[in-house]
Amino acid sequence: MAIIAAGTVVGAPPRRRLLEDERWLAMMLLLPTAVLLGLFIAYPFMRGIVLAVTDARVGIAGEFVGLGNFERLASDPIFYQVVWNTVLYTAVTTVFKLALGLWLALLLNRSFRGKAYVRAFILLPFIIPTVLSTFAWKWMFDPTFSVLNWTMYQLSIINRPINWLGDGDLAMLSIIIVNIWRGVPFFAISLLAGLQTISPDLNEAAAIDGAKPLQRFWYITWPLLLPVTMVVVLFSVIQTFADFQIVYVMTGGGPANATHLFATYAYQLGVGTGLLSQGAAISLAMFPILFLIVVVQLLYIRRVEIR
Amino acid sequence: MARIHRRNFLKLSGAGALTAKAGGMAAILASGRAPAYAQTTTVHLLRWNDFVPACDQLMRQKLFPEAEKALGIKVNFETVNGNDLQPRITSAIQSGAGPDIIMLFNNHPHLYQASLVDLSDVADAVGKDQNGFYGISKGNCSADGKWMGMPMAIIGAMNAYRSSAFAEVGYKEFPKTWDEYRDAGKKLKAKGMPIGQALGQSFGDPPTFAYPLMWSYGGAEVDDNGKVALNSKETVEAVKYMIAAWKDAYDEGGLAWDDANNNRAFLSGTVCSTLNGGSIYVESVRKAEQYQTADGKPMKDDIRHAPLPAGPKGQFGFHTFTSHVMPSYSKNQSAAKELLKFMHAKQNYEQWFTTAKGYYTPGTASWEAHKMWDENPVMKPFAIAGKLGQTPGYKGPPNAKAAEVLSKYLIVNMFAQAIKGTSAEEVVKQTDAELKKIYGA
Repeated sequence: MAIIAAGTVVGAPPRRRLLEDERWLAMMLLLPTAVLLGLFIAYPFMRGIVLAVTDARVGIAGEFVGLGNFERLASDPIFYQVVWNTVLYTAVTTVFKLALGLWLALLLNRSFRGKAYVRAFILLPFIIPTVLSTFAWKWMFDPTFSVLNWTMYQLSIINRPINWLGDGDLAMLSIIIVNIWRGVPFFAISLLAGLQTISPDLNEAAAIDGAKPLQRFWYITWPLLLPVTMVVVLFSVIQTFADFQIVYVMTGGGPANATHLFATYAYQLGVGTGLLSQGAAISLAMFPILFLIVVVQLLYIRRVEIR
Repeated sequence: MARIHRRNFLKLSGAGALTAKAGGMAAILASGRAPAYAQTTTVHLLRWNDFVPACDQLMRQKLFPEAEKALGIKVNFETVNGNDLQPRITSAIQSGAGPDIIMLFNNHPHLYQASLVDLSDVADAVGKDQNGFYGISKGNCSADGKWMGMPMAIIGAMNAYRSSAFAEVGYKEFPKTWDEYRDAGKKLKAKGMPIGQALGQSFGDPPTFAYPLMWSYGGAEVDDNGKVALNSKETVEAVKYMIAAWKDAYDEGGLAWDDANNNRAFLSGTVCSTLNGGSIYVESVRKAEQYQTADGKPMKDDIRHAPLPAGPKGQFGFHTFTSHVMPSYSKNQSAAKELLKFMHAKQNYEQWFTTAKGYYTPGTASWEAHKMWDENPVMKPFAIAGKLGQTPGYKGPPNAKAAEVLSKYLIVNMFAQAIKGTSAEEVVKQTDAELKKIYGA
């Protein structure tokens, strides 16, 4: 049998031999992913760059204008506000999502009755389609019919309605609250998974040596959880920086551009007004900032892992 | 009972199916034409979710089924939020596929001019038949004598106000000037019933308020020669008025309102007046029992309409305009044109127009004298909305540049930004700079 098999190998078509070569096999296995990435990531990205250096409008291909669109952005006060809004939105939400998510993960890591149910419920904000839950929030913050205002009024906490979405700062606060509400479960569950990989022996040994809970957290749990935390934060920063749905539904970028983020401003100009090239330029302006954040974080993660 | 085995069953039913199929084929061959489903053209029409829902119902349940019969086509009628029409047409034109007919607001057809079918044949015929189009129809939908959009109707913008509330503070008639309006609003706000004005980024009420306010103080985005002239002491005065009046007399939530918020606020009795189409009143008539005043009377009997007050340089108006355009990617252009003609045929258009009870003012002059306007004196002011009012871009034409300014909400945001705290001089200067980027310095 072995001899026959060996004989067939000699006469086998080259295709089979190709697949036996590890390099070829690896390439074949990677091909579907590469095609998908090329079609849905690389092509739109290149197309975005091409659009951003033309003056294309809806239905008109446009001509090459070099960096004209970016020069225009540099003198656009709304763009500066968008950059500030996005940085603020990302920074504040990430800090709160991390703190609350970690707290929740530590609680969920303990044993209590109905643990499985609680863990499932925690995920709800993350599972519900964002647009749907954001609409509910929009009603809760509605200038006229806000249930939050009504409750606080009934409890005599306020004597006049709070103008949640009509005041620039409060509108920003509102979308930050919704983003935190939506993002905490992702942090909690991911960090919980990280916590469960930490051997309880370490904590027990430290406890026997007389380490207090806070010390055990700071010297054992936190360092061991750090690699997972960094990856979760990285994911979250990328997603929050490019966030669209919450702002689009809640405020549409208003009042008077006070809550516009990169994605919503790009959408308003590119798709809403049909100024495709200007929209593309705004989206692309997000890239270097995000790239920098990602590189810094990845370098840090590598350092942590080596240590 | 004879048992039927699986194989036998398959043989039997297979034979039956074959026979049926053969008969069907034979019938098709005998008739000498393809089956109907392969032949029918489907015209895809995209409109907004109508603020008078009865109009959507009429189209869906009566007019389009009739059109399908009369024209031998199928009509795919889709409705979306008004603010989503522009994103939809952009993506449709870019991908070269989508609805055959799309509704647009104001002068937006100018933005998409390069990708639209010339509808002059349809428009000219309707204009000839119905005493000609108003200037506002021509401005918004045509350029160089060509029609890129087919005017559908004007949504007259008037202040809907609670006459009893204004009477209580000494205004038997609606205030004639902005200063009087602010005074009345101040007194009413003290009583917990401020003026409500939508000033968010939404297609209808925010621009139809902000533009006329600016014009009535003498401000305009361009001068008579088409040069940007926003940065003037007149515009600054208008903005200053708004900053002060907003605190004194307006519901401060309005910065976050879209076109639906003020309707809800008015109908729930929290505001005394708001600039709107006739939809608030039409709704209050339709559900008279649901919408009542604080003392339990039908709210409809308390609602009146009045144009925006006058400023130092006169009284102005800007009415939301609606039209239909046909992107040139459409493969069903002749069928779609037939559908447009059907919609504008007098007997069909009349049904739709009367269903709206005055919310829609037709874009042609012959309807001014229609008997529907005599049915209800409260809606009568809307009869001549087509004659009044300027188009966006005034004192210049409502061209693509003016459409870009409108679509970016630059004028609306100028006022909103000032209310938020930027000084009037600064915000006018900033907006002027933005306008120059669009119009050229």
